[in-house]
Amino acid sequence: MTQPTKTESTTRQLSFREAIIEAMAQEMRRDESIILIGEDVGPSGGIFKCSEGLFDEFGHERVIDAPISEAGYIGVSVGAAMTGLRPIAELMFGDFSLLTMDQLVNQAAKIRYMTGGQCKVTLTVRLTMGAGRSSAAQHSQSLHALFAHIPGLKVAVPSCPYDAKGLLKAAIRDDNPVLFFEDKMMYNDVGDVPEDDYVVDLGTAVVRRQGTDVTLVGTSSMVGVALEAAQQLADLGINAEVVDPRTLFPLDTETLVTSVKKTGYAIIIDEGVQRYGATGEIAATLQEHAFDYLDGPVLRIGAADVPVPFSPPLELPTIPDATRVVEAVQSLRVR
Amino acid sequence: MPRKPVPRKKAPSRGAGPSARKPAAPRRAGSPANVEPDTLWKMYRKMVEIRKFEEHVWDVYTRGWMPGLAHLYIGEEGVAVGVCSALRDDDYITSTHRGHGHCLAKGARLEPMMAEIMGKEAGYCRGKGGSMHIADMSVGNLGANGIVGGSFGIATGAALSAKTRGTDQVAVCFFGDGAANQGLLMETANMAAIWDLPVIYLCENNQYGEHTPYQAVTGVDKIVDRAQGFGMEGVRVDGSDVLGVYEAVKRAVERARKGGGPTFIEALTYRFRGHHVGDAAPYRTKEELEWWMTNRDPIELLAREMRRQRVATNAELNEVQEQTEVAVVDAVEFARNAPYPAPEQAFEDLYAE
Repeated sequence: MTQPTKTESTTRQLSFREAIIEAMAQEMRRDESIILIGEDVGPSGGIFKCSEGLFDEFGHERVIDAPISEAGYIGVSVGAAMTGLRPIAELMFGDFSLLTMDQLVNQAAKIRYMTGGQCKVTLTVRLTMGAGRSSAAQHSQSLHALFAHIPGLKVAVPSCPYDAKGLLKAAIRDDNPVLFFEDKMMYNDVGDVPEDDYVVDLGTAVVRRQGTDVTLVGTSSMVGVALEAAQQLADLGINAEVVDPRTLFPLDTETLVTSVKKTGYAIIIDEGVQRYGATGEIAATLQEHAFDYLDGPVLRIGAADVPVPFSPPLELPTIPDATRVVEAVQSLRVR
Repeated sequence: MPRKPVPRKKAPSRGAGPSARKPAAPRRAGSPANVEPDTLWKMYRKMVEIRKFEEHVWDVYTRGWMPGLAHLYIGEEGVAVGVCSALRDDDYITSTHRGHGHCLAKGARLEPMMAEIMGKEAGYCRGKGGSMHIADMSVGNLGANGIVGGSFGIATGAALSAKTRGTDQVAVCFFGDGAANQGLLMETANMAAIWDLPVIYLCENNQYGEHTPYQAVTGVDKIVDRAQGFGMEGVRVDGSDVLGVYEAVKRAVERARKGGGPTFIEALTYRFRGHHVGDAAPYRTKEELEWWMTNRDPIELLAREMRRQRVATNAELNEVQEQTEVAVVDAVEFARNAPYPAPEQAFEDLYAE
C-alpha cells in the first residue's frame, strides 16, 4: 500500500467572503492576541456573513458582538491595540466610519507619532464600500480616499478573492492601523484561493492584463470594470494594460509609472466620488513621475459627484462602468 | 398604545453667573488615618512636585521659553496623586490636556517632562507631542489627549486588553466635567458595564469646562448620578482630600482586579489658575477662588493631616518644598540646554516597521 503523497498547496475556488473568513480564521489560530469585534460578528456571523463560523471556533472572548456604538468600539479597539492585542474591528457599512473619525484620525493615526514612537497601533478595520444595491446615500459610499489622506493610516482595496485573503493577512500582521475596504458587491465573486498561508504585501501593485496602448488603473471592483473595458477595447484593436494598485497607501508608484512609460496614456478608475478623490491623487502622481512619457492627459473616472441615489435608474449611472472607460480611451485617440 | 408623555421636570436655573454660585465641594474634614506614614510622605512629595512643576511651567511659558499652550493642574493635585497612589506601575492611565499632574503622579520624570514641554528631543515624545500629549508607556501612561473625551476608548480598550490577556491590570481614564458631556463616554461606559471591564472613569470636576460653569451645560447636578445610567457604581469624593480619593480608588481598583467591573468616580476639585496660561479667568469671582485656595488646597490639607498625626513637622514639610524647588529648577535648566530635534525627525515615528 502506498502512502498518499503530499501535494502542493491546494487551490480552491472561494468567494471573496470565504477568502476573508479564511484569512481571519488562519490568523486567529496562529496568533492568540487577535480578536474580532463588531456589530453582529458573533453567533449570527454578520449581516454579510463575513464572520461565519468564527464564533463557534474562537468563542465569545475573541469574537465579540459590540453594541451599536461605532465610535466606542473603534476607540476600544485602538486602546486594545496599544496594549498587546491585535484587534480586527468590523464596520458593517463604510458609511459608519464617519461616526468613528476622531478615534481613527485623531487617535489611531497619530498616537504613535505624537508620543515619539512609544507604541504601535496594531489595528485592522474591515469596512465595506460600493454602490449598486439600492441602499441609498448612507449605505453605499466608497470612502477609502478620506482615510488615504491621513498620515499614519494605511488603506487596502482588494479586488479579488486571492488578494482579499493575502492582503487581509498582511493588514492583520502589520503593526499600524490599516483600513481594509471590501466592496460588498464582490462578496459573492469567486476566484482561485490557495488553502495555504500566504501574504500579499501592502504596497505592491499588480499588472492584471498586459497591454501596450493605454494603462487602465483600477481599484477594488473597478479592476473588473477595467478588465471588461480592456476586452471591449481589444475588439476595437486597442491593447489596454490593466494595473491594480491593491493599496492606496502605501502606493506602489513604481509599477504604475512603469506601465505608463510603456503605454503613454493613463485612465484612473475608482468608485469614490471623483472630486478630490483617489483618481486625482494617482493621476497627479503619474504626471509628476512620467510627464515626458505621456502622449495625452491622464483622465479620471470616479463615481458621480452626488450622494448615491436610491432608485436604480438614478443610482447605476453614478457608478463608473466599462462603457465610460471605453469612451474615455476613444477620446484620447490612442490609436 | 402610545406612551404617556412624561411631564418635563422644571429646568434648574442655568448659567446664573459665577457670583450666584457657591463652591460645590463637600466640606468634609479629616480622612481615614489608616494610611502608612511612608505613603503619606510619598503623596506629599508628589503633590509638591506637581505644584512646583506647574509653577515653573507658568514661568517658562511667560518667559517665552516654551511654544504652544499650557494648561496647569495647580489646585487639583489631590486627584492625580490620590488615584495613582492606588495603582501599580503596570496599571494604565489615560490623561487629558491638563495632564502634567497625571503624568508625574504615574511616574514621569521631571527632566523629560520639561524637555517635552519645551519641544526638545530629550522629551518623552522627542518633541512631537508637547504639553498636551505627554505619554510614558513604560509606566502605563498611555498618553494625554488633546481632544476632550478623546481617551475614553483608549482606556476602555486597555481594560479589555488586560481582561482578554488574563492579567489583573486596571485602567483609569481621567477626564473633566467638560468631557462628561461627550457622547463617547456613554458608548464606552456601556461596554465596560456589559463586559465587566477593569476600568475606572475618573471625572475631575473642576467646576468649569474652559470658561463655562459645568452647571450651565450639564443636565444633572451631580455628574456621578450618570453612573447609574451607565450600569455601574458611582462614587463622589472631595478631590482636595488626597486620602479620600486614594481610599475610593483603592476600593474600585480592588474590585476591578477581581473581575468586579468598572466604577465611576467624580472628584470635586478646582483649578487655581485659568483654563490655560494667559487666561485670567474673569468668568469666576475672586471670592470663589479665594475660598478654594484657603479651604481646599490639597497640599495644605494633607500637611495639616500629617502634622495632626505627628507624621511630619513644619520644618520637615518645608524641607520637601525646598528640595523639590531645586529639583524642578534643575529640570528647567536641563530642558533649556537640551537640543531641539533635527527637522528631518519630523518624518520619523509615523509608521512602525
